[in-house]
Amino acid sequence: MSRLDVKPAVKEPQAPRRATGGGRRTRRARTSVFWLSVPLAAIAALVFILPVTGLLPDGGQNLSQTRLPPAFLAGGTWDHPLGTDKRGQDVLTELVTSGRVTILIGLVGALVAIGPGVLIGMLAGYLRGWVDRVISIFIDAQLALPFILIALAIISNRGSSLPVLFSVLALTGWAACARVTRSATRTIREQQFILALRAAGASETRIIFRHVLPNLAGTVVALGTLQIGTAILIESALSFLGLGVVPPTTSWGSMLASGQDELGQAWWIAFFPGLAITVLVLLVNLLGDALLTHYDPRKRRR
Amino acid sequence: MRTLHLRRTALRLLVLLASTFIALTTAFALGRLSGDPTVNILGPTAPPEQREALRHELGLDRPPLTQYLDYFRSVFTGDFGDSLQFYQSNTTLILERLPYTLQLVAAGMTIAVLIGVPLGVLAATREGTWWDRAASTLALLGQSVPVFWLGMMLVALFAVKLGWLPAGQSGTPRHLILPAVTMSLYPMAHIARLTRASMSEALAEPFIDSARARGLSTAGVVWRHAFKNALMPVLTIVILQTGILMSGAVAIEYVYSWPGLGQLALQAVQFRDYPLVQAIVVFGALTFVVLNLLVDVIHSIVDPRVR
Repeated sequence: MSRLDVKPAVKEPQAPRRATGGGRRTRRARTSVFWLSVPLAAIAALVFILPVTGLLPDGGQNLSQTRLPPAFLAGGTWDHPLGTDKRGQDVLTELVTSGRVTILIGLVGALVAIGPGVLIGMLAGYLRGWVDRVISIFIDAQLALPFILIALAIISNRGSSLPVLFSVLALTGWAACARVTRSATRTIREQQFILALRAAGASETRIIFRHVLPNLAGTVVALGTLQIGTAILIESALSFLGLGVVPPTTSWGSMLASGQDELGQAWWIAFFPGLAITVLVLLVNLLGDALLTHYDPRKRRR
Repeated sequence: MRTLHLRRTALRLLVLLASTFIALTTAFALGRLSGDPTVNILGPTAPPEQREALRHELGLDRPPLTQYLDYFRSVFTGDFGDSLQFYQSNTTLILERLPYTLQLVAAGMTIAVLIGVPLGVLAATREGTWWDRAASTLALLGQSVPVFWLGMMLVALFAVKLGWLPAGQSGTPRHLILPAVTMSLYPMAHIARLTRASMSEALAEPFIDSARARGLSTAGVVWRHAFKNALMPVLTIVILQTGILMSGAVAIEYVYSWPGLGQLALQAVQFRDYPLVQAIVVFGALTFVVLNLLVDVIHSIVDPRVR
């Protein structure tokens, strides 16, 4: 019967101040969500549509034009706006083709992490009791190991491939998602409508999937967005170390690896993919932060 | 009060032990139960007798439960067997590399704290101004940039183009500058964000108003009253980040060819030196547990409310 002693969801004395503050903040968050989506959509459009238009320079090797600097530097030409690498391949073309791989891995990598993460976190937060305690210990244990060590342990055994990369992303990402979902679920299950549903005789399964989950949707979207950024950073680091994507597939991370040996003669080979990762991840993180404030006005901190 | 405190500590210790156990089991499962490593070590064309010999040498032909118990014995005795590529005890190898990593982590963390904390305090005391926005954006940028790439660009600029600083190897303090700065970036961003959040919470407390009303200087209020109360979460994250950097800075150590633990881990994976990988993973998990205990101890010393 302890489930019935529900605390009031809103702390009375602070309610009015928070309501107005939250409103303004939410409105600001909504505009920033819009303005952050624009450049992100632009990047996606560039990466996915540009190759189809035929505007890009030829991506093949050209050994007479190796290590050409970008067009805005002395010695560069507009035939190769961002220069060429040690095999004479156009850096811009490679950036666009590799960008597709990076973005797709980021999206799938986020999905495989938040899927189990949200489900487990929701169960822990809703069921409470020993289920919660056991799951929490697992979350702590998972967060105990640096992601790179988990990655190395798997890769040293299985070699590198896309499925291995995704399992690394899932294993390293689920715990953080579960932790956030757990605390969000705890707040939701304290609310009056859950009590009402239970009084009306709704089954626990129905409450969890038809009522708690939809209320978590905003948090999940925000978490997923932030997880895309994390996945891209992890993939880049692994591919940079030669443990991520397998040749002939290239991602921005593996471009960095080939640029590493050329730092002395041709810094631009490593510069542009790194810049691309930074810009993309920064936009994604800003969007995720904005979404988090947008969907959870109580979460003022952080 | 006394018994309550004891129970709390005992419970905390129990949870910590349980998570260590699970972390170690996960490491074991990842290493041993995810397939036959000899295929990867010897290559797919190796004759079966050779594979069988290696399986025997690694102890993989014994029942899984025996392997598991043996694994836990090795955790307690500190004997993790020998490396396949260096023909040395894994424990010796780790201890050999540890000083280099400690040096790098200590230098990096010092920079991170010295810049991250003031940045966070600055943002919190000027909440809502463009100082705040600039500091917060800078912190978010620090968490969005692939730090090893930034390290490469620092090498290209300061070592290759300007020739001011050495890029690789280690030894002198000059060798330490670039890697330490690179290393400091991510924790710096994290510390700045957390300091800001924790400070702005502390500054909203009523005792801050009362301190101001008593006519204390702004600096006194901020540092003596607010910061003291905001310190604990920051200290926690500093210690935990240290644990992550100890074995997690693989890419940075690789960029600067720094002979630390991260580099060792990478070599182990590249040569499929699977006992060594396992030893490093266990070391990483144990480091985390020890540092977590340290956080608890410091917490109870610093904060009289916990005692």
